[in-house]
Amino acid sequence: MSYLKYILLGIVFGIMFTKAEIISWFRIYEMFRFESFHMYGVIGSAVALSALSTWVIKKLNVKDIGGNPIVFSPKAMSVPRYLYGGIIFGLGWALTGACPGPLYTLIGNGAYMAIVIIISAIIGTYFYGLLRDKLPH
Amino acid sequence: MIELIKEPWPWYVAGPIIAAVYTLLALFGKSFGISATLRAACSMAGAGKKIPFFNFDWRSQIWNMMFVLGSIIGGFIAANYMMNDEPMQLSESTVVALQELHLESYKTGIYPTEILNWESLFTLKGFIMMVVGGLLIGFGTRWAGGCTSGHAISGLANLQLPSLIAVIGFFIGGLIMTFLLIPIIFNL
Repeated sequence: MSYLKYILLGIVFGIMFTKAEIISWFRIYEMFRFESFHMYGVIGSAVALSALSTWVIKKLNVKDIGGNPIVFSPKAMSVPRYLYGGIIFGLGWALTGACPGPLYTLIGNGAYMAIVIIISAIIGTYFYGLLRDKLPH
Repeated sequence: MIELIKEPWPWYVAGPIIAAVYTLLALFGKSFGISATLRAACSMAGAGKKIPFFNFDWRSQIWNMMFVLGSIIGGFIAANYMMNDEPMQLSESTVVALQELHLESYKTGIYPTEILNWESLFTLKGFIMMVVGGLLIGFGTRWAGGCTSGHAISGLANLQLPSLIAVIGFFIGGLIMTFLLIPIIFNL
């Protein structure tokens, strides 16, 4: 039952992803062509409000529901891994019109081919694991 | 009210919902990052036996798998009970560009059914979009250590410079694909 809250949060997320057309290939294409404010508004307002809640949680030392401190772990500094990895991810995001979250929600929308993309993404993740020691980080 | 729900939701509804989900997950002691489910899938399939990167307890990601399961259900609910029949309101210049790519399905749905179908998977264009596209997503997101949720939302919200570099990378890749490669791939 402890997992129910995650399923419920996911349902809200999936509904929002669909209703705000974030799962739409066309919206992502429009975003990368800078022809609409929509996606920038979504991401921008999400980041601004998340930054605010992060700041409040840190400031007030808010504990999680288990009573443990909430840790926002800093990411190790590097340029190549984030830049090269980011570019490769960006190529895939624009091509498929979906990042991992929307890929799952697309299935619920009847776009069953998203399953092929997800399986390919799992294989891509496996390839990364295979080549990890040879890549700059 | 029902009519309002059936309209497309504007950015100022979607953005705050994402932030609320991010914050609730933090309060549950979890960090928002959906591509971690892809790594967990590798681990679940036994990839940890040969590759140490996948040798971790994937059970620690069950909550995340439940979250994405919920997002599939949410997609189903929205698609079946919360949509009107109006076509998407895309910008005029985007519509012109879509027509140059021979895409018409924006008039009837939210994803390009011309390419996302089984027959198309066995064409060069469809194979590149679905299989190569998926491989790029999986490889890139793990190399960069996160996708849109982990870097663009969680990372930027925590003012992480690495996440900003990753997001700049996302856009470099996205712009190369959109302006240089999509016109070639979609005309194959």
